[in-house]
Amino acid sequence: MNKNYMVSLIAVIVLFLIAYVGAAQGTGLQMVFGIIFPYLAILLFIVGFVRKVMGWARSPVPFQITTTCGQQKSMPWIKQAKIDNPSCTGGVVARMALEIFCLRSLFRNTRMKLKSGPHLTYQLEIFLWVAALAFHYAFFAVVVRHLRFFTEPIPCFVTLIENLDSFMRAEVIYDAIQVGVPGIYMSGLILLAAVTYLFLRRIFLPQVRYISQAADYFPLFLIMGIALSGIFMRYFSKVDVVSIKELIMGLVTFQPTIPEGISALFFAHLFLVCVLLMYFPNSKLMHFGGIFLSPTRNMAGNTREVRHVNPWNYPVKVHTYEEYEDDFRDKMIEAGLPVTKMPEEQA
Amino acid sequence: MKDKKIILVGVAIFVVVVTFPFWYNLGRSAPAPEVVLTPKAQAAEVCVMPTEFMKADHMKLLDVWRHDVVRNGNRIFVNPDGKAFEMSLSNTCLDCHSNTTEFCDRCHDYASVRPYCWDCHIENPKGE
Repeated sequence: MNKNYMVSLIAVIVLFLIAYVGAAQGTGLQMVFGIIFPYLAILLFIVGFVRKVMGWARSPVPFQITTTCGQQKSMPWIKQAKIDNPSCTGGVVARMALEIFCLRSLFRNTRMKLKSGPHLTYQLEIFLWVAALAFHYAFFAVVVRHLRFFTEPIPCFVTLIENLDSFMRAEVIYDAIQVGVPGIYMSGLILLAAVTYLFLRRIFLPQVRYISQAADYFPLFLIMGIALSGIFMRYFSKVDVVSIKELIMGLVTFQPTIPEGISALFFAHLFLVCVLLMYFPNSKLMHFGGIFLSPTRNMAGNTREVRHVNPWNYPVKVHTYEEYEDDFRDKMIEAGLPVTKMPEEQA
Repeated sequence: MKDKKIILVGVAIFVVVVTFPFWYNLGRSAPAPEVVLTPKAQAAEVCVMPTEFMKADHMKLLDVWRHDVVRNGNRIFVNPDGKAFEMSLSNTCLDCHSNTTEFCDRCHDYASVRPYCWDCHIENPKGE
């Protein structure tokens, strides 16, 4: 029991119930949860996201703080780690692509342990990377799949993802759990499993639990709630999909309507998504934009070749020795002090 | 920061991608499709279950029917009103809804659902 995750869990449950109970009250509140909140959410998401990124863009980078994970470019006979310590744009692009598409930093995750005696060991901890990779790609597939509700006609890449993602039948204790006819989407189940792992990791690893805040648990619970309500609607308590698409299409074509007969569970699902979108720009979830702007990754490790000038530096007025000598040369000669330039040479 | 231009390009790409549904559907309206009932379906007035249930749950019902017929050999379905029906897609469902293109397909296409009924069954067994 820990107040950080209890607060987040209760917050998500309350948010769910607000929308679930509210939408069951009739068309008035359905308009709030089905029209007003989605528009508000997408607006706040885009504006907040852009503001945050532009704020980062305005921030100066005082130092070349790239992390060097290999040999820097040096003498020609010393082999450079071209991706781990890139010295040119190409290498930086390769490093960023690996970071963004493969979450390479998480792959380096190690766990320290004192093993029988005073020997500290580091062991590869691969499961964070596996779960994070599964989570992000499953989330991506889920988002793309949902475009079938947002487009008419449905573009071919959406149907392609749907086909890749779905398999037709899963008979689990068949009479008790009827999940036969709508195809099973792997992404939904993988998303839920991965987010559950990421949560349990925070609960069961003492070091991770120690650094976990409510702001770490809240998005996990929120995504869990979204995935659970979505899975529940698809496989167990069926909803009228055609009316739901009518509602969504009304939103994206700016002719909002609330068709009849949409289950309150759908409004709860939609509301949790809206909360996620509104919460997004003000939270740790901004790592979506931030990963592109991480100076430890997107700068070249060429500190010996190129001088990085701190943009904060104001122009300092300098008076060099040569200028000093020009000012006082005659007096210096008179006093018998050595000078670098003799006045005769000037003439 | 000197990379401001690159960041602006990235932000522009982000906004374009996120607003995809808005500009993709620009100038189009996509109302829910109208399903056409055959005269026979109109005359029958009610389906095997209430319309609201059929709209959302028909696939579940068909799945249960298939399971009951194929695994249990039970061919009779009794609905909550006590009316009995033969559990058969071809002989019961398609008897009234013989217009699959105007009935089944319209909603399935709209929601991008591709049921595999027609892998085995023919769409209009009576050729009406």
